[in-house]
Amino acid sequence: MSPTVAVVGASLAGLTAARALRDQSYDGRIVIIGDEEHAPYDRPPLSKDFLGGTASLDDIALGTPDDEDLALEWRLGTTAVGLDHLGRSVLLRDGSEIQADGVVLATGARARRLPGGDRLDGVHVLRSLDDAIALRADLAAAGRLVVIGAGFIGAEVASTARKLGLEVTVVETQPVPLAGPLGAAMGAVCAELHGAHGTRLLTGTGVAGLVGAGRVEAVELADGTRLPADVVVVGIGATPNIEWLAESGVTLGNGVLTDARGATNIPGVIAVGDCAATWSVSAERHVRIEHWTNALEQPATAVATLLGRGIPAPAPVPYFWSDQYGARIQFAGSRSEGDVPRIVAGSCADRSFLAVYERDGEPVAVLGMNQARLFTRWRRQLRTSVATAS
Amino acid sequence: MIPVCPTTALPPGEATRVEADEPIAVFNVDGDLYAVDDTCTHQDASLADGWPDACTVECPLHASCFDLRTGKVSGPPAKTPVKTHRVVVEDGMIYVQPAETVAEGAA
Repeated sequence: MSPTVAVVGASLAGLTAARALRDQSYDGRIVIIGDEEHAPYDRPPLSKDFLGGTASLDDIALGTPDDEDLALEWRLGTTAVGLDHLGRSVLLRDGSEIQADGVVLATGARARRLPGGDRLDGVHVLRSLDDAIALRADLAAAGRLVVIGAGFIGAEVASTARKLGLEVTVVETQPVPLAGPLGAAMGAVCAELHGAHGTRLLTGTGVAGLVGAGRVEAVELADGTRLPADVVVVGIGATPNIEWLAESGVTLGNGVLTDARGATNIPGVIAVGDCAATWSVSAERHVRIEHWTNALEQPATAVATLLGRGIPAPAPVPYFWSDQYGARIQFAGSRSEGDVPRIVAGSCADRSFLAVYERDGEPVAVLGMNQARLFTRWRRQLRTSVATAS
Repeated sequence: MIPVCPTTALPPGEATRVEADEPIAVFNVDGDLYAVDDTCTHQDASLADGWPDACTVECPLHASCFDLRTGKVSGPPAKTPVKTHRVVVEDGMIYVQPAETVAEGAA
């Protein structure tokens, strides 16, 4: 058998890992297994331009003509159900298996659902292309949307739906949306975008359940209020797809546990992207990062690990962005509770500002709204200081 | 030709955007001036807001890299190059000459 690497997961992290293998001169067989039928596509537009109908499937395809030279073997529409690390093979749902010398775990995460939410039509999550196509079709015929969860996905869906002319209510259990990633002060600033664009935002409000027979009719809140809804979108986070590894011997926690270079406890098996909980040297714990940029940046190091090439552990500066209501929000760095945001340019009232989070007087993270140029400079600076510190 | 700004207003390391049929970004890299399409070919972002480094610019949104001399993609996720435009300096003033719009699919 020729040397084989099996890449399990055909989204950004998996495709990037396959490219990194070739980039790092691996000339064996590469098999990419994906449980969706679709060729790799970019997920961020699913809640924005693709949902709004201004980006096509072609626009969001991740593959390039150059990828055709990589001689990748695709097994799409195929779910991996197990990893036999002693026999070195990936077991597939159709009963077949793929023998491999190396395995890249890149199975990503899936949207969390509301208990019982699946029994009603009109209730959606948004994670996959098929989710987006179904939601888009449903929104086209709807008047009232209720979004459960005011995180980034929820806010972006609300924003797109407003643009499509729907009446939108967003319900959030926490008193301040986005307080987790941005802190309460800046979370509140970003959440003002909802009201400014005609979306009703209800915070500190739990959801008791969904009302309807066959199709959803309303969302019932903890206080008994019923919000009429033609469509409901549940945006309450994601869970890593790791259950299939339960019997594999790979150590699992909140994701596949790896060292700082992407190695799992099983030699020849690495993990990248949303399914990986990677050791963070600075945080001194395993951190699972669901950001797009992480899925793009992680594979180069992990693949070098798989190929037995010692390279320094990276010192990543996490970065994510969100586009809502015409505002571009960008965040980079590692924020902890207690870090104090300071506005260094623009103003929150103008919805054009840059906030730098400081810890002991040192910048540790940066948030920009409609300040792309300045943000980029700060992000660069954080990268340099993190690289120097480690 | 489209006037951009006086040379003194675009020191090394800086970039600016000019409006044209398609907006154009003009960069000063260590004294050499380059002009490329301002809008990243990946998703809507202004390359003039990006990070110029040697002869590349990194998109401020997703870090796609483009070679400022050729417009070619030098780092993903962008898939298609940006057009390059001619820069002219006359009497201390920077101008760009937008490239002829070529038919879709032409080289």
